[in-house]
Amino acid sequence: MLYMQLFFSFFQIGMFSFGGGMAAVPLIQQQVVNGHDWLTMSEFTDLITIAEMTPGPIAVNSSTFVGMRIAGVPGALVATLGCILPSCVIVALLAWLYFKYQNLAYIQGALAGLRPAVVALIASAGVSILTLAVFGDGVASAAAFNWLGAGLFAAALVVLCRYKPDPILVMAGCGVLGGALYMLQGGVV
Amino acid sequence: MQTETTKTPKNRYWTLFLSTLTISAFTFGGGYVIVSLLKKKFADELHWLEPEEMLDLAAIAQSSPGAVAVNAAILVAYRTLGLPGMGVAILGTIIPPFVIISLVSLCYTAFRTNPIVAAVLKGMQSGVAAVIADVTVNLTRSVRKESGTVGVLILIGAFLASWLFSVNVLWIIFICAAYGLGSTWLRLHRRRERML
Repeated sequence: MLYMQLFFSFFQIGMFSFGGGMAAVPLIQQQVVNGHDWLTMSEFTDLITIAEMTPGPIAVNSSTFVGMRIAGVPGALVATLGCILPSCVIVALLAWLYFKYQNLAYIQGALAGLRPAVVALIASAGVSILTLAVFGDGVASAAAFNWLGAGLFAAALVVLCRYKPDPILVMAGCGVLGGALYMLQGGVV
Repeated sequence: MQTETTKTPKNRYWTLFLSTLTISAFTFGGGYVIVSLLKKKFADELHWLEPEEMLDLAAIAQSSPGAVAVNAAILVAYRTLGLPGMGVAILGTIIPPFVIISLVSLCYTAFRTNPIVAAVLKGMQSGVAAVIADVTVNLTRSVRKESGTVGVLILIGAFLASWLFSVNVLWIIFICAAYGLGSTWLRLHRRRERML
């Protein structure tokens, strides 16, 4: 039963994430954190960090990671298969249509309508991760405000906007600098 | 299209597998990077595809749901070696992340409780949030350029629906895709009427 759930959850993620990369993040959050309690928000954020820092698409990395954590190697296989199966079918179908009619007007129209939604969903997932970084797992309150987390976020955002470095470097930098500062503060646990 | 006549089909599958495997194993930074590497390998180096054809394939890969890297590899294989090639390309693309993440996942469980690892990951949370914020800002700009105020209003509406009202992600995607299809139909229809 668990295998079926893993398969269908990641099938939906593979089926409905348009635009690649970050577009899959809100769908993964909905399935894995909100829908099934397979990961906590904190583990989910770790997962996105790991997925960004290792080669391979976020959706595929996430399916392997979650499958592995929930049900070992068979789970990882089932989840990854579920994630790529919709792509295989739809890509082959679209390619066939395209080479037959050489016209993607409707597909491009649908995608143009989707683009604002995809950005909004990425933003929404980003806000949950930011809330976690700044307020921790509990309820967002003034008492739980974490100056270090907020400061790191602001500094990283300024660096990203101004110097346009590789995002991996920014995350690694936040890990090293933030890790050292959190340790000086007495650890995070 | 198929200029490499010296190689037997079996060799070509092997080349396809090794090419997708190495490209997938050493590509950080997601789908758009991998599309250009696939072009370099299969169009410029192996001459299995025309460069212009690769651009069309990239457009289809980005238009389809799922990971752009997987879609692009499937398309290159579909175009060059047909259905069996697709299977080979999928394996080549999937194996590196699958192995790496499986190992990371095993270590993660063991390392997560280590205080230093926990502190580093806590620091990285801020970094990931910043990366997502940066991506959002850039994408919002291109939405504004592409679809104007209407696009930005849809963006804000979809954001509030998802974040404030917890509307299911799939509904938001369905509604916006339907809107895109509807407006395309209207546009094409009006153009046809004008021509008549």
